Amino acid sequence: MQEGTRLTRSIGLIPSSVMIGIFFMVPFVLILLTSVSVPTADGDYQLGFSLEHFDRFASWFYIERALFSAGLCALIALLSLLIAFPFTYMLTQFGPRSQTVWLIYILAQLSLSEVLIAFSWQILLSRTGGIANILVWVGLAEKSFSMAPSAGAVLAALVYLAVPFSVLLLYPALSRLDRSLTEAARTLGASPLRTFFTVVVPVTRPAIISGGVTIFVLTLGAIIVPQVLGKPEHWTLSVLITDQAIFNFNMPFASALAVVLLVISASVIYGVTKFFGGKS
Amino acid sequence: MKSTFTRRRFMGTAAATGVATLAAPSILRAAGEPIKVGTYGGFFESSFKEFIFPEFTKATGIEVNSVAVPTGETWLVQIKNAARAKTAPADVSLMAGIPRNNGARQKLFQTLDESKLPNLKNMPDRFQDRYEDGGLYGVGGVSWYITLCTNSDEIPVAPESWAALWDSQYEGKIGLLGLATNSFLLEVTATTFFGGTDILDTKEGIQKVFDKLSEVVPNVRLWYKDEGSFQQQLQDGEIPMGQYYHDVAGLAAAEGFPVVSTFPKEGGILDSGYWIVPEYANAVDEVHEFINFMSTPETQALLSRNVGTAPVINTDLMDLSEAELAAVASPLEPIIPRYDIYQEHAAWISDTWNKMIAG
Repeated sequence: MQEGTRLTRSIGLIPSSVMIGIFFMVPFVLILLTSVSVPTADGDYQLGFSLEHFDRFASWFYIERALFSAGLCALIALLSLLIAFPFTYMLTQFGPRSQTVWLIYILAQLSLSEVLIAFSWQILLSRTGGIANILVWVGLAEKSFSMAPSAGAVLAALVYLAVPFSVLLLYPALSRLDRSLTEAARTLGASPLRTFFTVVVPVTRPAIISGGVTIFVLTLGAIIVPQVLGKPEHWTLSVLITDQAIFNFNMPFASALAVVLLVISASVIYGVTKFFGGKS
Repeated sequence: MKSTFTRRRFMGTAAATGVATLAAPSILRAAGEPIKVGTYGGFFESSFKEFIFPEFTKATGIEVNSVAVPTGETWLVQIKNAARAKTAPADVSLMAGIPRNNGARQKLFQTLDESKLPNLKNMPDRFQDRYEDGGLYGVGGVSWYITLCTNSDEIPVAPESWAALWDSQYEGKIGLLGLATNSFLLEVTATTFFGGTDILDTKEGIQKVFDKLSEVVPNVRLWYKDEGSFQQQLQDGEIPMGQYYHDVAGLAAAEGFPVVSTFPKEGGILDSGYWIVPEYANAVDEVHEFINFMSTPETQALLSRNVGTAPVINTDLMDLSEAELAAVASPLEPIIPRYDIYQEHAAWISDTWNKMIAG
């Protein structure tokens, strides 16, 4: 009986496994193969094994870019969770109808592409069209100035991009939160703030961790925002991969950088789930 | 990635929308199949379809199917993949300098028959690309200048030399193209400070030029990859100076924006697209006829007037007025990009460039 169930279960897995195999494993293997390919005399590349592209990565410039990308995305994950968590918690306390309206509104935000967001922020932060003029108007600044390109602009736009995702990632856990836990804490005399930090946050920790990791990985792939709103020193590894693939057409090096990016993502996911992911 | 596509090398939408046939009168329909001609997508393609292809069909009876071609290198890969199946995605197409060099190295282009291209005599040697054995594979099609552009509200007197990029009074006010391979700033620096681009022959020479070029970095506000965002900021005066395309700057000025394009005394950067014929292209005779037609003074004048490109043939053969010529070109000796160095030292130049602009 047990054997039979396992077999039927395995058979059920076949179609999706084949799909995943074709659409994820094959491209991944191709990237891996390209990243270790060898150059030919006529400037092309062919199958082989060479670590020269990884060797090229192993300079301080690219390592620093990789560390910067990881740091930036970690910061974005943290900031977007800080913004999204209290909001989502409040949202789950609303009535079902207003919850639905809010969720639809937030889902709709996801339809804004990174391109649209980057260029909107560029206008918002420009000298002529933007926030700086409001600052002059209220008397906080003397003369209008441009706020982009800058690190702050990259950060702001990426956090803006990540917040709706964070809300949607946190919502299931927070909406399933057992109300009797918070009520008990309140009955026993804890303030709302204390209840929030000592009950709500610890109980939803797995969702916070997985949400943070998802945002981290998501923003690691952002290209347009760092490129449009950042100076070259704020360009992430993804921007450099695009440069190599599209403009310099060095597919092997672009693939090697992509493999590095994958390794960073995988280690962060592994590390975070191993050290923080355990049940509290 | 949409936003980073620019008009010349990058604008082509990935899909080759080559189905748009011309609305030429049916009487002119020749016996043969139409030839497939690839031009950079967007503005270029629509201008060619409107002004150039109908004239060609009128003159020769050969119909044209227009193909929008993507990024130079992407297009090269499509040509290469098609060649494996012994076909070609277009019979003839424009291609920019660096991918053209790469393609020639892999012998992806046909050697052209010069006896069928009498108009080649109109054309300076620099617009004729040849294999080592002397075989012709690339013929100049269209050219455009990158010049020093300024916002006249913010900078009333436009500087006359590329050296202005190094001038500390413009700190934080300059916009430059974001890649070594499309800004050609190595060539600009070599011409302005080292007496010409010969210094770029050696790696040591390129390093010297890089050292000089790195002095502009503090002045640069924006290293742009999409033309649109720089043009916007140039028009607004947000970034009042930088290198930009002479033709588009002229269009902006004509629309009333305070934009001035200056040919610096060292010369504007003259970049070009050349016609190439993929290895397995058919219709070889028609293609030669096309390239020959494109090299006539009349067609080149048509291009200058309607597409805003600089002529690839000797300008004294053409009937352009002084004003028309000034709108697209300059009598000063241009700075010609050294496409070869980006092939020979590709990885090193790209790394050194990235490190330089990141400060």
